[in-house]
Amino acid sequence: MSLSSRTLLVAALAAVAACGGKQPPEQPAPAPAPTAQPDDQAARDKARADSIEAARRAQAERDKAAADAAAKAAALKASLMQDLTAMIHFDFDKADIKSDDESNLNRKAAILATNSAVHVRVSGHCDERGSDEYNLALGNRRAASAKRYLVGKGVDGSRIETVSFGEERPVDPGHDETAWAKNRRDEFDLTAGADNLMAPR
Amino acid sequence: MTRRLLLLALLLAGSRAQAQDTTKAVDRGVRIGLTYEPGVRPSIVVLPARGLDSARSILARDLDYSDRFEVVSVPPGDSIATTLAVPGGGARVTPQSSTPNYGLYRAFGADYGVELVGPEPVVTVRLHDLAASLVRQEEKFTLPAPNAPGYRMAVHRISDQMVRWITGTPGVAASRILFVSNKRIYRVDSDGVDIQPLTGETEEALSPAWSPDGSKMVYTQFNAGRGALVVLTLATGQRATVPGTTTDLNITPVFSPDGKNLAFARSNEEGTDIFTFNVADWCCPLRLTVGRFADNLSPTYAPDGRRIAFVSTRASLPQIYVMDNDGADQELFAPFDYGVTGSSNAPEWSPDGAMVVFHREVSRVLQLFLLEVAGRRVRQLTSTGRNEDATWAPDGRHLAFVSDRSGRRQLWVIDTESGRIRQVTTTGTTRLPAWSRRLQ
Repeated sequence: MSLSSRTLLVAALAAVAACGGKQPPEQPAPAPAPTAQPDDQAARDKARADSIEAARRAQAERDKAAADAAAKAAALKASLMQDLTAMIHFDFDKADIKSDDESNLNRKAAILATNSAVHVRVSGHCDERGSDEYNLALGNRRAASAKRYLVGKGVDGSRIETVSFGEERPVDPGHDETAWAKNRRDEFDLTAGADNLMAPR
Repeated sequence: MTRRLLLLALLLAGSRAQAQDTTKAVDRGVRIGLTYEPGVRPSIVVLPARGLDSARSILARDLDYSDRFEVVSVPPGDSIATTLAVPGGGARVTPQSSTPNYGLYRAFGADYGVELVGPEPVVTVRLHDLAASLVRQEEKFTLPAPNAPGYRMAVHRISDQMVRWITGTPGVAASRILFVSNKRIYRVDSDGVDIQPLTGETEEALSPAWSPDGSKMVYTQFNAGRGALVVLTLATGQRATVPGTTTDLNITPVFSPDGKNLAFARSNEEGTDIFTFNVADWCCPLRLTVGRFADNLSPTYAPDGRRIAFVSTRASLPQIYVMDNDGADQELFAPFDYGVTGSSNAPEWSPDGAMVVFHREVSRVLQLFLLEVAGRRVRQLTSTGRNEDATWAPDGRHLAFVSDRSGRRQLWVIDTESGRIRQVTTTGTTRLPAWSRRLQ
């Protein structure tokens, strides 16, 4: 077995070990100790370069795998977060859950069922068309509506708090129906257990 | 005499035309249900007063804003209008010192003349009956220094006394209006001058209401979707948070007419319901409504304190109801057509008990309405722009309210008897006003 092929084998094994995800070597494989074979000097230099390159590639693959896994986990978490915090909207002066928003709330209920550490704050909001002070009560009713729906889907009520902002926090500062429709909403914030979200089965 | 009447008639005709134009330009249609009769009001002139120009101009404007007089305008100080050319001689007689030139002021078409005689701080105020050429009333007032905090309010009190001498009922110039602008509560004199913040920049305040004696206010301290009730003593700045109000959203607080109780609404998962709290003994919260699936909010006491009008969604859309001050005998107050009439909100019972003002949605826009308590009849008061959150002046005749008729939401005052309106604030946005009682 020539020296160079032996070095390659070591590098290949290291790469296999890395792909297997089992305790990858911390350091590149050490270059073999120089022997008294001056003819092989070029070969030894090449072998050393190959070894370093192979180790670098292996590390890069490990990094990529870890990054992919992290990205996948992050994407899943982002997707779950997005589903959990997606707003729902209301008709003027109404606090009834619209049928369009039921799948949204059902998805939230499923995620909450899988992630029992998660706690949610629902905040009800209104448009500026109605009365300022009445809107605080209306926003309260809108938040309570969403909570009642989620509790109806099996989520423990103690995990959901409700607050109302009335018309005090518009998402769209405009003064037309387009803006008002956006502003008549419930927002959902996670107040606990937002780490390590798991996808519902 | 005939000539004087003719001149008076001409002047009044002129002022009528002007007043109508002004009203029309600003608020066409605001006088629904009102009779606007300028010209039958007595006219009054505030005589030039040496060294008292500031007091004189505040007084003249207050008398104008009382909507009970035609205020005849005479330039201040030593302007030419204060002198009279004597025919033939060419000499001039100045209407100063103890005897004003009644003839001159009669020529301006005035029925009454108000004379201020300094120097400050003690100002002698005389009300002259110009037709009879005699002094009707005289009183000495002590004014603070013109740049002192109490100066304007002291002049407002002189104005209110003038109104009382002539009409038998004091004016309302010596009063203030609380309002919310950009999350802070401010106060402003009834004439729109001297705006002062009462809450801090970092605090988010809503729904101010006066104690009956004007020494305190209560408001909602809004905090991330919840709201505590805070009682602020105005003279000292001392604050007290009402116990039990820090966990839920507590809104629309008011003092009872005897100042001993607060009524307010509390929003939480059970809904929104009306409670009272005894501020005299600082105890004893009491629940007045049990809404279940309906909201109850915005309580307002009758002046005798025995009844409370409020908003309820028990018939779907919010409408105006009334109950006893312990929650008994709840019934509909302002009639409406189910499925037709829009949402009704923000009731306030008038100081004389005769009316409840509120706003109602008409063609998707809020407008002010008056409920006659005795006949339970409702009439619309405004129709230009969006008009909301009205609050009664101490006279039960004027209302301050929020209107966007000039573009942004601003504070306006309407005289419900004449239909005259005026803009009180001009900057930022203004909302949720509360008018004090007469301030001593």
